[in-house]
Amino acid sequence: MTSLLVIIVLVLLAVALWQLTKIFDLTQVGSSSDSSEVATDNDNNIQGYLMFGFLAFIYIFTIYGLFKWGNLVLHTPASAHGAEVDNLMNITWVLIFTVQAITQVLVHYFAFKYRGKQGQKALYFADNNKLEAIWSIIPAVVLAGLILYGLYAWTNIMFVDEDEDTVVIELYAQQFNWKARYSGADNVLGKANVRYIEGANAVGVDLSDPYAQDDVVVTELHIPVGKKILFKMRSQDVLHSAYMPHFRAQMNCVPGMVTQFAFEPIYTTAQYRELPFMVEKVANINALRAKKSAELVAKGEPALDPYTFDYLLLCNKICGASHYNMQMKIIVDTPEDYKAWLKDKATVVNEVKAALAEPASTDAAVGSDSAAVKGDKEVAVTAMK
Amino acid sequence: MSAEGHDHALDHEHEHHHKDTFITKYIFSIDHKMIAKQYLITGIIMGVIGVSLSLLFRLQLAWPEESFKIFNVLLGDKFAPDGVMANDIYLALVTIHGTIMVFFVLTAALSGTFSNLLIPLQLGARDMASGFMNMVSYWLFFLSSVIMVGSLFVEAGPASAGWTIYPPLSALPQAIPGSGTGMTLWLVSMAIFIASSLMGSLNYVVTVINLRTKGMTMTRMPLTIWAFFVTAIIGIISFPVLLSAALLLIFDRSFGTSFFLSDIYIAGEVLHYQGGSPVLFEHLFWFLGHPEVYIILLPALGITSEVIATNSRKPIFGYRAMIMSILAIAFLSTIVWGHHMFISGMNPFLGSVFTFTTLLIAIPSAVKAFNYITTLWKGNLQLNPAMLFSIGLVSTFITGGLTGIILGDSTLDINVHDTYFVVAHFHLVMGISALYGMFAGIYHWFPRMFGRMLNKNLGYVHFWVTAICAYGVFFPMHFIGLAGLPRRYYTNTNFPLFDDLQNVNVLITMFALVGGAFQLVFLYNFFSSIFYGKKAVMNPWKSNTLEWTAPVEHIHGNWPGAIPEVHRWPYDYSNPNHEEDFVPQNVPMKEGEEVLHH
Repeated sequence: MTSLLVIIVLVLLAVALWQLTKIFDLTQVGSSSDSSEVATDNDNNIQGYLMFGFLAFIYIFTIYGLFKWGNLVLHTPASAHGAEVDNLMNITWVLIFTVQAITQVLVHYFAFKYRGKQGQKALYFADNNKLEAIWSIIPAVVLAGLILYGLYAWTNIMFVDEDEDTVVIELYAQQFNWKARYSGADNVLGKANVRYIEGANAVGVDLSDPYAQDDVVVTELHIPVGKKILFKMRSQDVLHSAYMPHFRAQMNCVPGMVTQFAFEPIYTTAQYRELPFMVEKVANINALRAKKSAELVAKGEPALDPYTFDYLLLCNKICGASHYNMQMKIIVDTPEDYKAWLKDKATVVNEVKAALAEPASTDAAVGSDSAAVKGDKEVAVTAMK
Repeated sequence: MSAEGHDHALDHEHEHHHKDTFITKYIFSIDHKMIAKQYLITGIIMGVIGVSLSLLFRLQLAWPEESFKIFNVLLGDKFAPDGVMANDIYLALVTIHGTIMVFFVLTAALSGTFSNLLIPLQLGARDMASGFMNMVSYWLFFLSSVIMVGSLFVEAGPASAGWTIYPPLSALPQAIPGSGTGMTLWLVSMAIFIASSLMGSLNYVVTVINLRTKGMTMTRMPLTIWAFFVTAIIGIISFPVLLSAALLLIFDRSFGTSFFLSDIYIAGEVLHYQGGSPVLFEHLFWFLGHPEVYIILLPALGITSEVIATNSRKPIFGYRAMIMSILAIAFLSTIVWGHHMFISGMNPFLGSVFTFTTLLIAIPSAVKAFNYITTLWKGNLQLNPAMLFSIGLVSTFITGGLTGIILGDSTLDINVHDTYFVVAHFHLVMGISALYGMFAGIYHWFPRMFGRMLNKNLGYVHFWVTAICAYGVFFPMHFIGLAGLPRRYYTNTNFPLFDDLQNVNVLITMFALVGGAFQLVFLYNFFSSIFYGKKAVMNPWKSNTLEWTAPVEHIHGNWPGAIPEVHRWPYDYSNPNHEEDFVPQNVPMKEGEEVLHH
């Protein structure tokens, strides 16, 4: 209904403006000469002022945006390297805003100031080596600084020292969910390949590999605060991307290869929830949700749950119809809680054994899974026809 | 102007008059001016389709999963039962919108229209080097457009893997229905498109090298021609790589090869693929894909250079620096593709290299921006609609280009990669900028194409509403990207974390709808002016370049008599040695007149 209203308003607005230009045309009836569609002094004047007005629009819109939407932007990074990323980001923003502010003034102010008059001549100013050298060298120097800082940070983030003390965890992507595999006491992931996938062994672990014996597979990611986590990423079907925005972390998951990304979380989930900006953000979101809930309840639908913050792992590479809902909760624990959580998780090897012991129930589980898959396949088959 | 040869030339024409049938004149024409018009009108139709698709998914993004009658009408019961858009058709709309806008509108229609129209006319050539190949090029483009649009009507839906068609998603119909027949048609269409593009590009290059009129040295060519020339060269270098990627993908899809696929378990079974890598495809795709950005942008910048100089009544500032920066951009554009792949899983060291080359591109781009600004300084600006769009281009080129410093820096790219920040960036810097360039070109050369003038007041309305809406759409989009919202999400209602972004999405859609609706003003102006516009004079903008010395009525061979000779560079506006504020290129140097530029 609102959309219909919007469309009607748009149409009416269009008609009104069209009428306006028609009237404007009619006032110029006298000048039916061939050059009447070329800008006159009057046009130059009006358009020059509009250019100036547009400059004001850009400025006001930018300032409005910063105030109104500035607090939507990702805030305090939750990882050790995040501070460096944000620092470089802030430096870059200062540069961007400075250049943007100056150049937009120049472009639009010149368009206003030097609006043309008939019979006037412009300044014949074809080149000036000094000026051109200045605006080649200044960007070059500034960019050189940014490149050096950027490369320094990039190298620190991306190259993980083999000997470093890290917790190795595998992120496993498939349409449309995430799993995590913990490497267990040996801190080495067992070999894995999609060709080993069978029944309860959903991520294709090589069960005969000695390193695989203590591997644990879960669907909710817990990581300990203050330890560097080395994520090894795999995908079983199409490209996915493991995006953890609060940690300033992202890496694609590529079928056929293992990719990696490492970071150290510095706030537990509980601590991050208590940060003032987050308290405010959550309150704001809950206010919006309460409003929406009231509307839903009025329509006889169930209300929305209130929101509590959790770190998330999102899929950020188009991966199919349900790409928009491929997520996994990340919980950053204190080391003690982390240990306690991981302690009583069944290993893959044991899960497979248990599944084999009671074949009926696993069959049912696998069966329903492949039935869903078959449904997709049928769609695909009709697609081929 | 060669007035003395005029009457004689007309007689000459009459003697050799051979009758054009409707088919040879309007359909299978080998005249570059007609082919330019064919490209333009096909491009406008494709543009209307491409923009309309984006308005559909903008509706879905602002009011997710709400019922719109129009969805049901346009998408049918299968993809919009009860008027609610389905999630797979959302991806299809995004994919085809990107494909049409990038390739069909901003590559083919922009270059096809203005390279065809201006290369012979501005260089003083009778036609393209090969008129026949030019015709084939257009008709292949037309065929590929028909196939691409036709793919929208495939039962399982058109290609839905994003315009970058990364495998395995694009290779496996099990992964998404659009990767069946829809994807096949996409690949066939693009293969034909690339053939068309290569024929066009070869023609442009050969014409520029061989068919310049007497006196038209390389350093007297207008910047439009420089831009088209270099664009064509980049196209010849990079488009074949996309063709090979498409062919290898066809092999993987249909003949069981494993160029891009390996270790895949999908729909309950392990596929036989072994040893390929999707990262290889990404390299091949972006080896075209990044130069493609400049294939789109350079012609727009070339048009802007010409329009700004003419309407400022001032020489373009730093003509040689402009040429150097075009060449530098062209060279660098072929060695920066990896900045699309910082987090693809390739070696991080490569990321360092590509960060370096990418940020280098900012230097020639900055030179171009400053040179435009200096050209405006102390000009006598004639604010025609074409000029407004050109100034608009400079503005959006700067705004969009600056955020490239963030995306080109691998460290910063980690967290904004594939978010709406990227969408905002590239739409401003190449989408809107190139579109402005195209509009500037249409407003400026419409009299040359159709012999009539566009209505300027409708042009002004068109520009101002478009300019405000373009900022209104893409400026807020930076914020939701920085909030971490991934692109290509059908809806973000599954993430309460993003609930506070919804109002912004509604605002963006409002601006998009208004902006989209006001393109009707342009369409009305364009099509009604073809028939009812005021008759144009020979040189309405008092421009220096050769196309304005040819008669308004189109004739084969462009000039009735001898081709004009060129005696000076194209930017002698407000030359202090001359009374008039413009001196066309074919006016001989006065005795003792000095060249005032280098």
